[in-house]
Amino acid sequence: MYLKLVPENTNYRFMWLRKFSFPLSMAIAVASIALFFTVGLNYGIDFKGGTVIEMKTNESPADIAAIRAGLGELNLGDIQVQQFGGPDEVLVRIQQQEGGELAQQAAVENVRSAFADSVEFRRVEVVGPRVSGELAQAGTLAVVTALVVILFYIWFRFEWQFAVGAIVTTINDIIVTVGLFVVLQLDFSLSSIAAILTIIGYSLNDTVVVYDRIRENLRRYKKLALPELIDRSINEMLSRTLMTSVTTLLALIALYTFGGEVIRSFTLAMIFGIVIGTYSSIFLAAPMLIFLNLRPGGPEKAKEEDDGAKATA
Amino acid sequence: MLYFARWKIALIILVVLAGLASTLPNFLSPDTLRAWPDWLPKRQIVLGLDLQGGAYLLYEVDRKDYEAKRLTTLVSDIRRTLREEPRIGYTGLGIQGSSVQVRIRDLTRLDEAKTRLEALRNPLVSSLFGGQEIDEFAITASDDGLVRFEFTEEGLAQRVRSVVQQSIEVIRRRVDELGTTEPNIQRQGEDRILVEAPGESDPQRLKALVGQTAQLTFHMVDTSMSGEQALQSRPPVGSIVLNSVDDPPLPYLVEEAPLLSGEDLTDAQVSFDQRTNEPVVNFRFNTAGARKFAVVTQQNVGRPFAIVLDDEVISAPVIREPITGGSGQISGSFTVETANDLAVLLRAGALPAKLTVIEERSIGPGLGQDSIDAGKLASYIGAAAVVIFMILAYGRFGVIADLALAANVLLIFGALTFLQATLTLPGIAGIVLTIGMAVDANVLIFERIREETRAGRSAISAIDAGFSRALGTILDANITTLIAALILFQLGSGPIRGFAVTLAIGIFTTVFSAFTLSRLLISLWVRKRRPSQLPI
Repeated sequence: MYLKLVPENTNYRFMWLRKFSFPLSMAIAVASIALFFTVGLNYGIDFKGGTVIEMKTNESPADIAAIRAGLGELNLGDIQVQQFGGPDEVLVRIQQQEGGELAQQAAVENVRSAFADSVEFRRVEVVGPRVSGELAQAGTLAVVTALVVILFYIWFRFEWQFAVGAIVTTINDIIVTVGLFVVLQLDFSLSSIAAILTIIGYSLNDTVVVYDRIRENLRRYKKLALPELIDRSINEMLSRTLMTSVTTLLALIALYTFGGEVIRSFTLAMIFGIVIGTYSSIFLAAPMLIFLNLRPGGPEKAKEEDDGAKATA
Repeated sequence: MLYFARWKIALIILVVLAGLASTLPNFLSPDTLRAWPDWLPKRQIVLGLDLQGGAYLLYEVDRKDYEAKRLTTLVSDIRRTLREEPRIGYTGLGIQGSSVQVRIRDLTRLDEAKTRLEALRNPLVSSLFGGQEIDEFAITASDDGLVRFEFTEEGLAQRVRSVVQQSIEVIRRRVDELGTTEPNIQRQGEDRILVEAPGESDPQRLKALVGQTAQLTFHMVDTSMSGEQALQSRPPVGSIVLNSVDDPPLPYLVEEAPLLSGEDLTDAQVSFDQRTNEPVVNFRFNTAGARKFAVVTQQNVGRPFAIVLDDEVISAPVIREPITGGSGQISGSFTVETANDLAVLLRAGALPAKLTVIEERSIGPGLGQDSIDAGKLASYIGAAAVVIFMILAYGRFGVIADLALAANVLLIFGALTFLQATLTLPGIAGIVLTIGMAVDANVLIFERIREETRAGRSAISAIDAGFSRALGTILDANITTLIAALILFQLGSGPIRGFAVTLAIGIFTTVFSAFTLSRLLISLWVRKRRPSQLPI
């Protein structure tokens, strides 16, 4: 009588799919890494230094060509001008100026005085070369340390295989999300880091929940072969996993659609991350346990002894 | 799992009410809040710059500039010390890179010179090493009479620390004068100063006021040749060419050594010139300054002197009569605003060293408001979607989950308001993640109850088992995330911190609302209806 995303008592053979899901995940991750090193991220000013100016022109729609020409006269090197939000809203990116902090400030001053009469400056952000390097370093350090401590916590609470599985899965999610940033050339800024952190958080939560059920079933079905046991666990949790993902996605899609231009790329990354996080906890985190030999012993042997366990279940 | 002691129920309700009381002021206008009784909380949530507009400026003390200034003073100190009677002959006194050198001519008096110069080693009290004394300079003397002064590492660090401290005080005085609401001015690391002014509508002006050194000096104008001539040939010894603030700038030839400086000022105010009706800045010297000013003006009647701000000539009036009253007037081509800003700068004093902007983010009030409006709309729609979806999926239990979720969000905002933590865009991401995890907690419980029901348990025993079994899962998942949040808070900066704070708060409220509130609501419902079958 209630809305159900999956029927009761499903029995999908997820572990059989690992033959495809493992290589597929690996291929996507490798492709992401390759893209990261060849095409590269579209770093925002937070990590690259430079200036971002958001302006609202007095006339609507904005004359982007004229703005570009006006900026061109100022000799600021590489500039990008694009429409951003409404028809009279324009985003201008100016590359890091050579000659350090002072040159950077001078460039902004020039832009301000050149456009003072024709536009309203809604946002001006200038990041100098020194700060941008530090921001990147601090962000990376925080993420890496968090991962290491989580590794130990899960090791302490579960078994080492779970810990390794969770971390590998999380790193995969990070890599693939970074891949998305490369493919779509989304602006990679400090708030992208926040988006990635959210994805890590969600993916970990999902993975731990699935692992928790696997651990419970490991105690309950002492003789069941690991692939079947994992399949059973995932099927039991399938309804929950999809319910949670769909609900979170609903909230995120609302933010993406109505939340305004500033958070759009940010929410897009999170939507992608939720999908990846859900996929990876089923198709990556769980089969990793088989790969890491969580319960040694061949399936044939286990099947024979399993009949008794099945009867009691 | 379904039994609650009375005091526990009271406590749960109390916590939710506290959250409500703390959140409520956010929805009220300032006028309503003023009329609010004193015992109720009145604080509103602090919005980050990305949400409400304002300015974020990160400055760095220009060490090079400071070193150069300090070494110049040291050179004149050395000169003075060696010229004291009986004089010690020296040669080659000057700055070499980041050290000062001087050669003592008469090697027999080298020891005497060393003893005298020893005083310039300038012991400082370290603020770091428990008040221990450290030398600012290390002095080395070689047998051929060469004496070198070099900054010690700790000495320079200590100096930079106190420069930062002084700068913060000066900046605070300036920003306060501007009437910015709740500015945040603080030290960042060794040599940086963060200035945050949320809601500041004119970040440009703030930047101009904060970043200016504002060193005011008075110099006699050297009338032996014109500024243009001095530029083309060479200025006479002891004089320098300074440009005026006019556009295009005019060169002035002035004596290098200032007569007086801004440190002798006690007050500066804007007024209007009685004849031209233009805005001017009136200033007043302290007693010592007034005396010096009187003497100087007496000796130089009929000659022009230059009023110089940060090496730019503002004006160069001719002294018509001796000024003995200790006050004067600066006129230039001011607008009311620029005159006012100059008065503010003079009152607040000069910065001890040059500051460089290394990061700047200024967001206009319009954009901030747009972000908030869009964010609100999106949150309402998202919340409505989640609420409806939960009811569709779990019926009556969905309503309970929605109530628990609402209480959860209420508690997060209540905690953020109470702690006066800043809500930023990444913070909102943290809240979205929390909502995801809170929904997950309820879904885990309900799905577990469904499973237990399918396994043939009675209603009450299924609920009981559902809660107790889901507890472990929820705790493990949330503790893992909490660890991540704590580390990100510890190591992260700016936006990462904002994310970590809301996430950490959200984890506590999630665990609370799932394990007390959802459970309490279900237990109340079960007690009232005594169902034999669960509507799930």
